[in-house]
Amino acid sequence: MHELGIVMNAVRQVEKAAADNGVQKVVGVTMEIGEVSTVVPELFLDAFNWAKKRTRFLGDAQLEMIIIEGRTYCQACGETYRTTEYGKKCPHCGSDETYLLTGDQVIIKDITAVSEEEESE
Amino acid sequence: MQKVKTILLSKSVFENNDEQAELLRAELRKNHICLVNVMSSPGSGKTTLLVALINALKQSFDIGVMQADIDSDKDAVTVAEKTGVRSVQLHTGGMCHLDAGMTRQGLSALGDGLDLIFLENVGNLVCPAEYDTGATVNMVILSVPEGNDKPLKYPLVFEKCELAVISKTDTLPYFDFDMDECKKYIRARNAGAAVIPVSAKTGENTAELVNWFRQKLSER
Repeated sequence: MHELGIVMNAVRQVEKAAADNGVQKVVGVTMEIGEVSTVVPELFLDAFNWAKKRTRFLGDAQLEMIIIEGRTYCQACGETYRTTEYGKKCPHCGSDETYLLTGDQVIIKDITAVSEEEESE
Repeated sequence: MQKVKTILLSKSVFENNDEQAELLRAELRKNHICLVNVMSSPGSGKTTLLVALINALKQSFDIGVMQADIDSDKDAVTVAEKTGVRSVQLHTGGMCHLDAGMTRQGLSALGDGLDLIFLENVGNLVCPAEYDTGATVNMVILSVPEGNDKPLKYPLVFEKCELAVISKTDTLPYFDFDMDECKKYIRARNAGAAVIPVSAKTGENTAELVNWFRQKLSER
């Protein structure tokens, strides 16, 4: 349910980009999904495949997801570590004065689209 | 002949909503309206707490309430009956959160001339935290029966809030709820958040919460 709301947002943005660029149809969408973005990739793909059938340009589009690792920075010792393994507490020094550097993003990186070209010859 | 091309977007899925939310927040601030986005799990006592708060503040301020739920108008009816303030029910149509667009629609349904508006978000600690509603204050309610470890399990909502209310403190004798641990977990996520434990049922400590809102409204 959560993924569907995010997919609907993404699909709207891709539809707009497709219309703005005057393409016939979108065949591929590449997205970056952070490991700690709360998006579950499998559910996101299911939601995408449901939503795309209800669009103008995305009927045949394949979704590619690039998973971005969650990295946390420790302000106490200056080290970084993998968020999904250690959470808030730094494994190097034990401090919890840490913040997430990357891994919470849900980004539409690019779309691959097909447009009909005028026959040149 | 067909030509394939790649269009670079590099756009966050949340970007459109974030822009709309910033616009709405700027308008609210300009009009000196305090819009409070209330987030919590289902059953944390949001509606009961809001009724108590509104009844304590309604002599001094013009207050409105927007209730967001997937369906039913039960909460809007309850609040309207028990407080007499303006209230509208928003249906999210199956969605697990409110976004800035829906919030704007709710505000226009509620009408002008209000000082303080509570937006009771869908009962859920995950999705509402990701969608900025455009509110000027984000508040989270955590009830004692849910357990003191919720800030560890749902960090984002606690990072986004400036006020965390720990509700149903009248049930503390019946649960293994460690208040100090809970406060520590919240502060670890959000050092600046105000943490106020209350019981809307017995009235314990609700004065502190009411004062927090009076202070907030004086800063508009």
